[in-house]
Amino acid sequence: MSSAGAGSTDSTAARRNTKRPKYSKFTQQELPACKPILTPRAVISAFLLVSVVFVPVGVASLLASRKVVEIVYRYDSECIPKNVTNKVAYIQSSSDKACSITLNVTKRMKSPIYIYYQLDNFYQNHRRYVKSRSDEQLREHSEENSTSTCKPEDMVNGKAIVPCGLIAWSLFNDTYSFSVNNRNLSVNKKGISWKSDRDHKFGKDVFPKNFQNSSIIGGASLNESIPLRDQEDLIVWMRTAALPTFRKLYGKIEEDLNEGQLINVTLKNNYNTYSFNGKKKLVLSTTTWLGGKNDFLGIAYLTVGGLCFFLALSFTIVYFVKPRQLGDPSYLSWNRNPGGH
Amino acid sequence: MGRGRRFKKLYLSKIYTFTCGKKSLFNDEHSQIGSVGFSRVVLVNEPADKFENSSENNNNNNYADNVVCSTKYTVANFLPKSLFEQFRRVANFFFLVTGVLSFTKLAPYTAVSAILPLIVVITATMVKEGIEDMRRKKQDIEVNNRMVEMLKGSGTFERTEWKNLKVGNIVKVEKDEFFPADLLLLSSSYEDAVCYVETMNLDGETNLKLKQGLEITSSLHEYDFSDFKAYIKCEDPNANLYSFVGSMEFKEQVHALSPQQLLLRDSKLRNTDYIFGAVIFTGHDTKVIQNSISPPSKRSKIERKMDKVIYVLFFILFLMSFVGSVFFGITTKEDLKNNVMKRWYLRPDDSTIFFDPKRAPAAAFFHCLTALMLYSFFIPISLYVSIEVVKVLQSIFINQDINMYHEETDKPAHAVTSNLNEELGQVHTILSDKTGTLTCNSMEFIKCSIAGVAYGRGVTEVEKAMNRRNGLEFDDIMNSPDRKAPIKGFNFTDERIMDGNWVNEPHANVIRNFFRLLAICHTAIPEVDEDTGKVSYEAESPDEAAFVIAAKEVGFEFYKRTQTSLSIFELDPVSQQKVKRTYTLLNVLEFNSTRKRMSVIVKDEKGRILLLCKGADSVMFERLANNGREFEENTLEHVHEYADAGLRTLILAFRELDEQGYKEFDAKFTEAKNSISEERETMIEEVSDNIERNMVLLGATAIEDKLQHGVPNCIDKLSQAGIKIWVLTGDKMETAINIGLLREGMKQIIVHLDTPEIRSLEKGGDKTAISRASRDSIKHQLSQGAEQLTAASGTSEQAFALIIDGKSLTYALEDDMKNSFLDLATSCASIICCRVSPKQKALVTRLVKFRTGKTTLGIGDGANDVGMLQEADIGIGISGVEGMQAVMSSDVAIAQFCYLERLLLVHGHWCYRRISSMICYFFYKNITFGFTLFLFEVHASFSGEPAYNDWFLSLYNVFFSSLPVIALGVFDQDVSARYCLRFPMLYREGVENILFSWRPIISWMVNGFISSIIIFFFCSKAMEIQAFDKGGRTAGRDILGATMYTCVVWVVNLQMALAISYFTLIQHVLIWGSIVIWYVFLLAYGAMASSFSGNAYQVFAETLASTPSYWLLVFFVVITTLVPYFTFSALQMRFFPMYHEIVQWLRHKGKTNDPEFCAMVRQSSLRPTTVGSTARRAAKTNSLSLRGSTTDHR
Repeated sequence: MSSAGAGSTDSTAARRNTKRPKYSKFTQQELPACKPILTPRAVISAFLLVSVVFVPVGVASLLASRKVVEIVYRYDSECIPKNVTNKVAYIQSSSDKACSITLNVTKRMKSPIYIYYQLDNFYQNHRRYVKSRSDEQLREHSEENSTSTCKPEDMVNGKAIVPCGLIAWSLFNDTYSFSVNNRNLSVNKKGISWKSDRDHKFGKDVFPKNFQNSSIIGGASLNESIPLRDQEDLIVWMRTAALPTFRKLYGKIEEDLNEGQLINVTLKNNYNTYSFNGKKKLVLSTTTWLGGKNDFLGIAYLTVGGLCFFLALSFTIVYFVKPRQLGDPSYLSWNRNPGGH
Repeated sequence: MGRGRRFKKLYLSKIYTFTCGKKSLFNDEHSQIGSVGFSRVVLVNEPADKFENSSENNNNNNYADNVVCSTKYTVANFLPKSLFEQFRRVANFFFLVTGVLSFTKLAPYTAVSAILPLIVVITATMVKEGIEDMRRKKQDIEVNNRMVEMLKGSGTFERTEWKNLKVGNIVKVEKDEFFPADLLLLSSSYEDAVCYVETMNLDGETNLKLKQGLEITSSLHEYDFSDFKAYIKCEDPNANLYSFVGSMEFKEQVHALSPQQLLLRDSKLRNTDYIFGAVIFTGHDTKVIQNSISPPSKRSKIERKMDKVIYVLFFILFLMSFVGSVFFGITTKEDLKNNVMKRWYLRPDDSTIFFDPKRAPAAAFFHCLTALMLYSFFIPISLYVSIEVVKVLQSIFINQDINMYHEETDKPAHAVTSNLNEELGQVHTILSDKTGTLTCNSMEFIKCSIAGVAYGRGVTEVEKAMNRRNGLEFDDIMNSPDRKAPIKGFNFTDERIMDGNWVNEPHANVIRNFFRLLAICHTAIPEVDEDTGKVSYEAESPDEAAFVIAAKEVGFEFYKRTQTSLSIFELDPVSQQKVKRTYTLLNVLEFNSTRKRMSVIVKDEKGRILLLCKGADSVMFERLANNGREFEENTLEHVHEYADAGLRTLILAFRELDEQGYKEFDAKFTEAKNSISEERETMIEEVSDNIERNMVLLGATAIEDKLQHGVPNCIDKLSQAGIKIWVLTGDKMETAINIGLLREGMKQIIVHLDTPEIRSLEKGGDKTAISRASRDSIKHQLSQGAEQLTAASGTSEQAFALIIDGKSLTYALEDDMKNSFLDLATSCASIICCRVSPKQKALVTRLVKFRTGKTTLGIGDGANDVGMLQEADIGIGISGVEGMQAVMSSDVAIAQFCYLERLLLVHGHWCYRRISSMICYFFYKNITFGFTLFLFEVHASFSGEPAYNDWFLSLYNVFFSSLPVIALGVFDQDVSARYCLRFPMLYREGVENILFSWRPIISWMVNGFISSIIIFFFCSKAMEIQAFDKGGRTAGRDILGATMYTCVVWVVNLQMALAISYFTLIQHVLIWGSIVIWYVFLLAYGAMASSFSGNAYQVFAETLASTPSYWLLVFFVVITTLVPYFTFSALQMRFFPMYHEIVQWLRHKGKTNDPEFCAMVRQSSLRPTTVGSTARRAAKTNSLSLRGSTTDHR
């Protein structure tokens, strides 16, 4: 009997530490929850809300964009002498390729006026191109020889090129000078790059070396006495563009220009876009809080806002014209095809 | 100890004519001992350690120890083996290849950023594998450390762990303990070394088996073993449970051993206080472990489909790469023509192979590899691991569900394997065992018919269901199991019989004989509680116990069994005194399935010799004497009534023998018993058959095979959900039919082989003729059934039930007939297969599975269901009973059948929904992300430069989009559990796979492409060329990349918020948290040294954060991207709502208590051919209202 007794105490002990699951709202999946469903009212109000927000924002964006005064001038074809048939040979020749154009200020432009060059069909986002640089070398003097990623523009005559790589090698080298009524407009080239680039990516003790010394000359040369962090044209160029059509900041004119003024631009058409049929444009533009001139965002806001309003309206009409019990199950798949299992 | 003494004088073997007393004889098999396959030698009681020197003498040492190990890995092979398992998956292998390739020049991103997510994913999966294996290890340790008493060198029995057992040890196993290894039975608490064994774990049979040790060892007792030595030769370990060949040399004599002496591991000692046994097979040599096959690894349909979708994604991936490389090849080739450089800034004249215009095809080929790596974000790397994590968490929820916890057995639900959760939501057909699954295997004496009069007022579950059917739906309380069942096995109320009132009945004499017979004709053993004097019984089967208990309750208390006599107390109804009567037991002719009856021959105190017999109606009525058929007609009628009510019936009859007749019988019987020829059994049968004739009918008993609690209701709900239920049972047709599956007016199509022609053929014994005739008959019956169905299909909503027995099933499952059988079966509302073997269960399951292509669920409790459980898409084991075999081979274990309702309708539905929306969402988010990369490539002359920073790329799947989707997979609910149960039709969404058919998958993919196009198009257009901020600087690749990425993160997370309709705090935290994490990451990453962060250096802090156009753009793009989906789902909710949306709407409107709405939502979609009481009621009211409405219209 003793063994039986032991068994019974065992069983009562077992009962005490039972396997019964602990009750909690979490384990029983009964947590308080918000369960929104798409009722007609919710749908209509959501659409209305979107349109109510989108339309003003769209109007504001559009206004901002419209406030921007922008002068775009394409000069790549114009700045080739008419008698030249082989444009590529012309551009690669070492002759002076000065060209002069006139821009008409259609609307008063308030300072600062930003000068951009715009290239077209230029794949700065090509993988070979993007990878062809050495961040270490740009940053630190001691890393001068780390040019392994820069091929084929890594070495010339066994000496490391600073800055190495295809990006630096193909630096844009058209230059512009502006004058209004024969008075030169000064172009400020300071502060056209991002501060973090100047401070952390381009060293102040890194000076160009052996640059553009190889057999084929790419783009601009650099002043070997100026450290890279002060070569802002290079810094801007090195921040590669996302798309094949891009603008890059050239400088700023810190002077208002009045409507009707004519700007004479003397430019040196050095950069070869003729090989790949790229266009070159000179852009003068002011900015607003939203940046430069682009109506797209404003129009898009207005369009979607309008669309949502339209949707709200049509849903309302549908709900009024054709009210139907949401609970009507005659639309269920298994009721629609009675034969199916 | 006291009980042991009480049994001491009992030679139980005497009462078992058929199974016991057989001499173990040497036969042909024994001559094989010593040869190949029969080479095992066991030295009993010579533990290895004592004989270290004489090793030639003792090879007990060479055998496996008793440690079992079911783990998949060991510490040593874990790493290689699990890694191998991981990379067998196509997606993982793909990522391994791209990971390796990323170390080459081909890679568009840095190698670390590519390999890290893979490492995270693989590690997570391996940790999961490891934990699961640890759990198995723990279970092994638990089993290996169970205690057993083992004979130690000192000659005493001491408790030790199972794992310490060695071949040759002698152990003592006590009542209700499991045998630790395969043992040779030496002696038991009974004098003649018999013992009862419950083999439920092995073969699923609930009745106890009798084992008997050799006579020569039967006298051994606890203190005799210290110098017991024996030498056993036997067969090698094998998987055959029913064979054992061996010999034992003891006291210089060789004795033959048979399965009769072998006690198998994992079976249980019952009704016997203790046994002594010698260990013969240990650990992995034991028959049960040799028998265990590794369970088939099951994958859910959704996962299999997911693989297909992944192949589609692979196809898109390769297509994109191919198109990209063609374009890349062309542009690259054009870069250098006649030594004139086109894009001179790329220096095409001095290029590596990857960009060389002169070798453009090679460059294109290598670019293709690069592109594969780049677009690999199309393939959700974390999908597999997320699914596994989600499923484990889902199983925890299943295990934790308090509503599936069974108080009495202390068993919660247990998801044994976690990878089938969503399959639970798609079950189309349930194949259920009956005994122990639908019924609780407890028999209750509920009615009887004595002398042609029916007694008993008990109401059976089936009758209750019938009442409910007739609109009396009040007895839900009555339904509870603890209604009033003071006595287990007895549910009989009738004031005409109870409390001694039977004496006043017209045939009191017959009634007395009836209950006397019940009290005497059995093999149960009484156990008297010495303190209270109460008697309990140990019987072989629950129905046997029910009879003895019934007799006791009426006043015929059986209390003592000796070797030769049975004693009962009869309550004298007049004097209210117990009268002791003793019957001398002369013979027992026990029950077996061919005889279908059992008899005892006793001599009462007056010296009359009586043969008392009980048996099935099919054999009993023909054995009645001509003058004993007085009540035949009435009894027969009652028996049919009882069978209709789902009761098990037995016919009771007796015969008085004269002295001479008995003597003749006894002589013949003894001769037959002692015969050692092969015809022994037929001889015994023949002799018994002759005496069991000319009997006088007393009456019939009706035993209720009780349905488990809640079964009718559960079946009702499941059939409302459109699930078909097949019952596969070993029971006979009559009892199998009536278990609440049938409804009024249901036409039954019965397929059987019990026809006179076949029976006559069987007597002839020509096997080919029988099978030909049977086949023809089945074919005919099947086509007839089909005809009935087609005839009925056009006219009405007639429901059919198909009933088929095992013998017919063997023919129906043959290749040429199985299709027509299945066609017939699938168009019937309910199908019952009776008398089917375990193998047939598996065959039927396989047939249904493959032919319908739908998900099947097998549910069962015993080892005979194992085949079915493993064959079915999901196997559910009933864990409320003692056997573990079914549970071990099941995928989910529940304690009671009725929990199936919650398991399927709630958890199954949720899991299906969660997993399918999770997978769809995964595809969506990866397409949204991956396709922006491709669109960027279009604008980057397909050079393979990613739009985003390397680390943005690689952390997308791991950080910024993974947690909400896991929350979706674990927590999302379309409607709460309450509504899942109230509207079982919700379940059809899973059965018809509405949420994971190609339509939703493709829609989600298309949604991904649309989102991606919107994001890229708007971002690139808005940021194109103009100044990005007031400072005049333009947006570079870094800024566009970060902006697009921000949009993607916002969009995929908000899309999630739109798609789910269940927000708890967790969802809020994870969805908004993911977006916050992205900004935090952007800040932190940007703050790291520029050598590490590359072009993301300070991109947020310096450029994005302070720029209005960035914020405006993100706001615009995010909202706009969501508009198409939002419009689509609003339209769908409005015009094509899915069922769950209707229920959601109902809940939202607060109309759930409005019966009219509920009825509309619930019933308008019921199919006519479902089973269950609701369907019955609905059918009735529908037909009424239909009639009503048609008259209204006219």
